Amino acid sequence: MDESRPIFIQIAEQVENDIIEGSLPEGSQIPSTNEFAAFLRVNPATALKGVNRLVDDGIVEKRRGIGMFVTQGARARLIERRRADFATEYIRPLIIEAEKLGIDIDELAGLLRAERINS
Amino acid sequence: MTRTVVRAGGLTKRYGTFTAVDAVDFTLEENRIYGLLGRNGAGKTTVMQMLTGQIFPDGGTLDVFGREPAEHADVLRRICFIAESQRYPDSFKPSHVFTAAPWFFEHWDAEFAERLVHDFRLPLNRYVKKLSRGQLSAVGVIVGLASRAPLTFFDEPYLGLDAVARHIFYDRLLEDYAEHPRTIVLSTHLIDEVANLLEHLLVIDQGRILLDRDADEVRGSATTVAGGRAAVESFVADRAVIGRESLGGLASVTIDERLGQADRIRAAELGLELAPVSLQQLIVHMTGTDLRADPTEQEVAA
Repeated sequence: MDESRPIFIQIAEQVENDIIEGSLPEGSQIPSTNEFAAFLRVNPATALKGVNRLVDDGIVEKRRGIGMFVTQGARARLIERRRADFATEYIRPLIIEAEKLGIDIDELAGLLRAERINS
Repeated sequence: MTRTVVRAGGLTKRYGTFTAVDAVDFTLEENRIYGLLGRNGAGKTTVMQMLTGQIFPDGGTLDVFGREPAEHADVLRRICFIAESQRYPDSFKPSHVFTAAPWFFEHWDAEFAERLVHDFRLPLNRYVKKLSRGQLSAVGVIVGLASRAPLTFFDEPYLGLDAVARHIFYDRLLEDYAEHPRTIVLSTHLIDEVANLLEHLLVIDQGRILLDRDADEVRGSATTVAGGRAAVESFVADRAVIGRESLGGLASVTIDERLGQADRIRAAELGLELAPVSLQQLIVHMTGTDLRADPTEQEVAA
């Protein structure tokens, strides 16, 4: 767990990543609050906050007496949201660092393409 | 929905001219894990001793499970207090402690205690005075967990416990708390180790409460900004500074603020490094004497 941000947000993001990457398909059950708490060694109330955040966002839904399940359409919605944040989260810092090093936009584009081919 | 288990108002304890606890107000809600944090001599143990009816307050009001704790057996029966250096009669063995425990704790779970004895590899039939420091601490930890008291205090419970044993304690505490929720107060110096277990923090210093907030709100609430002195100073101007270090032309300043995206971008543009402040570092900043000694100097410097 990273110290800089509230743990419940990190728990929610971890589940979101698993949904985006496909290891938690739509309709599948996510671990219980207590399972999260035990696995991550965090307070169960913290884990519950993380799960509730996902419920509020419509990413998972509660089925009474059974557990929490990934909703239909969750993956597409998450990807849409992450795309909206992509520029500020990733592109902007990249440009700042590139400017610091005297790499202009064309060179940067070339580097991105080269990296894509190599990876 | 949550019930208040403890309500303290203006709670005060003096020893002669020394005020150990100075008119503190706080509440403890049912079924939460609290961290009672602070330096040695800050007043943590004194607060817990008043809450558990071991000493009488000199002022203020105190309400535990609806009444004053001292001399009320029905209140005290619901409380378990594990002291830093719990003493037992010399003729006692751990097996005696665990045999006697159910007389005091109505929710005592003997099976759970047995499992913990196994986890901590505690020799049941060795005299208490022959136990190592860590084994003695394990006896206390086992009593504290297996008693399942509605209000449980652990006051620095792990003197001499090795890292493995401490993690067994954290794991069992979380597991059992999840199944049998109760109010737990953990007083410790090992803040980083327990930070994620805590739901709410009470930081006490020189007999006063410095911080009374949910752990999630506190985590990431401070940031250290490091880089060239001029750039750092311009970035932190008008922000609440809680710590400041400098080396030649470099400065590292801790501010009591969670930075947003715009601030992060601006910091990057200024070539500044941003680092999160752990709960432990934050409390060191809050309770460190260098900072408290002369707060005006900090403001002048800012």
